[in-house]
Amino acid sequence: MPRALWTHLVKDLRIELRSLDAFVSMLFFSLLVVVLFSIAFDPHGDFSRDIAGGVLSVATMFASVSALNQAWAREIRHNVIDAQRMAPTPGAELYLAKVIANFLFVTVVQVILAPFFLIFYNLHIEGQAWLLAIVLPLGTWALVGNGIFFAALSIRTRNRELLLSLILFPIFIPALLAMVRATTSILTGDGDPTLWIKLLLGYDIIFTTVSLLLFDVVFHAE
Amino acid sequence: MKKPAIVLYVAVTIALMIWGFYQAIYVAPTDAMQGELFRIIFYHVPSASVAFLFFAISLAGSICYLAFRHNRPDWAQISDAWALAGAEVGVVFCTVVLTTGPLWGRRAWGIWWTWDWRLTTTLVLWLIYVSYLLLRRFAAGPQMQTLAAVLGIFGALDVPIVYMSNRWFRTQHPAPVFGGSEGSGMDPSMVHPFLWNMLAWLAWGILILGIRYHVERQHQKIAASEAQEALDA
Repeated sequence: MPRALWTHLVKDLRIELRSLDAFVSMLFFSLLVVVLFSIAFDPHGDFSRDIAGGVLSVATMFASVSALNQAWAREIRHNVIDAQRMAPTPGAELYLAKVIANFLFVTVVQVILAPFFLIFYNLHIEGQAWLLAIVLPLGTWALVGNGIFFAALSIRTRNRELLLSLILFPIFIPALLAMVRATTSILTGDGDPTLWIKLLLGYDIIFTTVSLLLFDVVFHAE
Repeated sequence: MKKPAIVLYVAVTIALMIWGFYQAIYVAPTDAMQGELFRIIFYHVPSASVAFLFFAISLAGSICYLAFRHNRPDWAQISDAWALAGAEVGVVFCTVVLTTGPLWGRRAWGIWWTWDWRLTTTLVLWLIYVSYLLLRRFAAGPQMQTLAAVLGIFGALDVPIVYMSNRWFRTQHPAPVFGGSEGSGMDPSMVHPFLWNMLAWLAWGILILGIRYHVERQHQKIAASEAQEALDA
């Protein structure tokens, strides 16, 4: 693994381990979304299986925005971001390190959230449960990969926290659709999620590649 | 030389619009299935074509801006003006599509909206370009053009994926509303009015695009001269 990537990754993980800022806010926020949805829709039986995939995906999406906003904002203090700009290492490594770190945070949140989710929505999975271990990471990667990129893009704008959601969500729509359809078809057991998993995989490959290529342009924009 | 050409173009555009209106309302025969209602096609479809064309212009402008921004600053500014004009006028035409569509759908299908792949793709396209315009509004300074260009490319990349995903979505669950009413062809007597309207709306769109481009170029020149004055002072 390239050294710059490793350095950034270890730094981000260490900061998060010591402060737990992103983690706690994400976990509590997504828990709130799950509770609010279950109060709003009163899920039971088949209906809860039908909407559970959508609720899980949207809860993850909203919750991770808080972490994504923090990802670059925390580098502004002490002008760390300027130092990162001047560092003679490729920006792509910095980008990838941030994506991996935030991917891990969101994944941990999902793992902790899952049991609550199953309880609140009285779910028992009809399809192949192990496929969720492919769908959720792929969807999370799509979200975090684009999110970190757009957070870097909006960091020097007015209203940056709002702007991130405004530009991230429209672009994320196809991945959200694929994630929701795949999760729902696994939970309900009807339909084949393979097509949606392929779509998610394609989305991840395309957008991660383009982000890696264009990250320096955005990061050094002046 | 330049001014008479513009005046001539404006005159031709207005004449085309009047001719197109006459063709659409008086010449085209009433549709056997939908009656008078079908005449909305003379506004709906040309607007959609113009919107897609202008989004393509916006994408080309974004790519050219990124390509030229270091070596050819003046070309880059021109590209950026095209990117902005294409996105902005494209959003206006896309709004027309999204307004006339439900009006049509309400009478023809009995519902305002359905999450069909074409409708969804158009809506997502509209959302993406509105977010592009918002970014241009919120970001300040010279970096804004670079950021906007990158977002423009991302947005354009997203469109084919949205299109494919929604096609699959609907192929798995066929939408009842679209039972063969699409792609059934057009009567020859309607084709001529249709083409006239395509031409008229394209000419009109290009006129608006040109005006928007010109305004943006003036903005850029004023901003550049102000920056120069600040340097000289």
